[in-house]
Amino acid sequence: MKKSNDKIQLVRQSNGIGKYVLIGLVLSWFVVLTMLPVLGIIRETFKSGWQIFVSSLSDSASRHAFMLTFWITLGTIIVNTIFGIVLAVVLVKDHFRGKLLFEGLVDLPFAVSPVVAGFMFIILFGPNGWIGNWFEARQLKIVYAFPGMLVATLFVTLPFVAREVIPVLKEFGLHQEEAAYILGASKWQTFWKVTMPSIKWGLAYGVTLTIARSIGEFGAVLVVSGSIINKTQTATLHIHQEFTDFNYAGAFSAAVVLALISFIILTTMQCVYRRKEVG
Amino acid sequence: MNNLGKYLAVKKEKLILRSLTFFYIGILIIFPIIALIFEAFQGGVHSLWQNIFSPQALYALRLTFFTALIMVVINVISGTATAWVMVRYNFPLKNIINSLIDLPFAIPTVVTGIMLVSLYGPNSVVGAFLGKRGIEIMFAKPGIILAILYVTFPFVVRTVQPVLMEMDPDMEEAAKTLGASSPMTFLRVTVPTLLPAILTGAALSFSRAMGEFGSIAIVAGNIPFKTQVASVYIYGELESYNQQGALGLSVVLLFCSFFVLVFLNLLQIWSRRHEKKQ
Repeated sequence: MKKSNDKIQLVRQSNGIGKYVLIGLVLSWFVVLTMLPVLGIIRETFKSGWQIFVSSLSDSASRHAFMLTFWITLGTIIVNTIFGIVLAVVLVKDHFRGKLLFEGLVDLPFAVSPVVAGFMFIILFGPNGWIGNWFEARQLKIVYAFPGMLVATLFVTLPFVAREVIPVLKEFGLHQEEAAYILGASKWQTFWKVTMPSIKWGLAYGVTLTIARSIGEFGAVLVVSGSIINKTQTATLHIHQEFTDFNYAGAFSAAVVLALISFIILTTMQCVYRRKEVG
Repeated sequence: MNNLGKYLAVKKEKLILRSLTFFYIGILIIFPIIALIFEAFQGGVHSLWQNIFSPQALYALRLTFFTALIMVVINVISGTATAWVMVRYNFPLKNIINSLIDLPFAIPTVVTGIMLVSLYGPNSVVGAFLGKRGIEIMFAKPGIILAILYVTFPFVVRTVQPVLMEMDPDMEEAAKTLGASSPMTFLRVTVPTLLPAILTGAALSFSRAMGEFGSIAIVAGNIPFKTQVASVYIYGELESYNQQGALGLSVVLLFCSFFVLVFLNLLQIWSRRHEKKQ
């Protein structure tokens, strides 16, 4: 490692001025593009003191929205962690026809526009939808209600856990699990005592990504929920509502809180990532 | 007998796991996609075609495509440069900046939109300054490009960085020893090695930008023939209860995502082959 660092130094030594120009350009672009807007929102939110910030966050619509985001995120963590692990196990250990195509489909939520995702669920679960019809007859609301919003969030965060657990499972191989099994451990014991400890940091990273995306999801949830105040409005939908109502103070305040939450998640993410890399 | 029992138990367990997975992926991914495609083609190809090629939809699609293209060009250059600086040079606060590069991934897109408004909106310092000089950012095309540049910023950096870290400086050194100039070495030795990673980052950010909604909805609004991009168009149609009108562009965006996924998989196969050769 030390040796290759020396080599890099050697390669780079020749153009000293170019180096500083490049560092300067990259840093200024980075600051202007990504950091200035952060400063902008902090300045705009607090330019007339804390009062507006506190009052706009304590109104009932805003509190309801943040609570709803919390519940949806919690539901998503539970469902997608369990199914994400199952999915990873099946994709690594099972073999069936069309598996490659199946594996490719798992990545689709990363590539599909959130609005299109929401639309797909309306076609499927809407009052006149393919499956929605059946639920409607039984007085169960999916779309424009909590279940639909949960399903939309499940979709957009689906690949995270599986994509983080799959490489760990592959690397880990079957030998240790087989050994445990032969030595008389039950399947569950093998899973909790052998498999789980080896995938735990990969899993933790996947879950952190899931949380970040669930809290921030907007398009899919907007389409599916109808954004009804005090009913189906999450934090991101609340920000959008305040903004379209020209209540900028409210929008800015809620946005600052979400930005702060994402910053905390980012920091956690990076701590988890480091642990994951260490193994 | 005992072996058979064990075999059956394993078989059963496999079956349960497999059906759980099929149910999960089926209900969340496969079934919704089939439903969308089926609905879209139900009224016949002709009406779908008319739908996509209506002036407003077509404008939205072209706007989305060209803003995404401009973003990709800027991101490929800035992303590669950022990865290069992060891997090859040392400077103060490097670790903190390296961590902050992921910030756009963590921040909700609506918040991105609001942040850009707070900075470039007509009432803010920067926005007022630019407005006086006739430069419109909010509710205009530069706002769209700015928003997608923000949300896709980490893609190219994060795909190029690991490749650059593993790259053996011997090759570049050899090229220099043999008399190649610095730009020559960069173009003929460094870029070809990084190319699969750069293309991967470019494809990821392109696909993200084609579908981006939250930040654009806030920053650029919903002005037909001016700032209305594909996803905002679809949302507008849905909001006015015109599902039929939303189907056309939804199918186009869906196929666009398919293409990107196939392209990414081909890239991976190609770069693996490339590695083996070396």
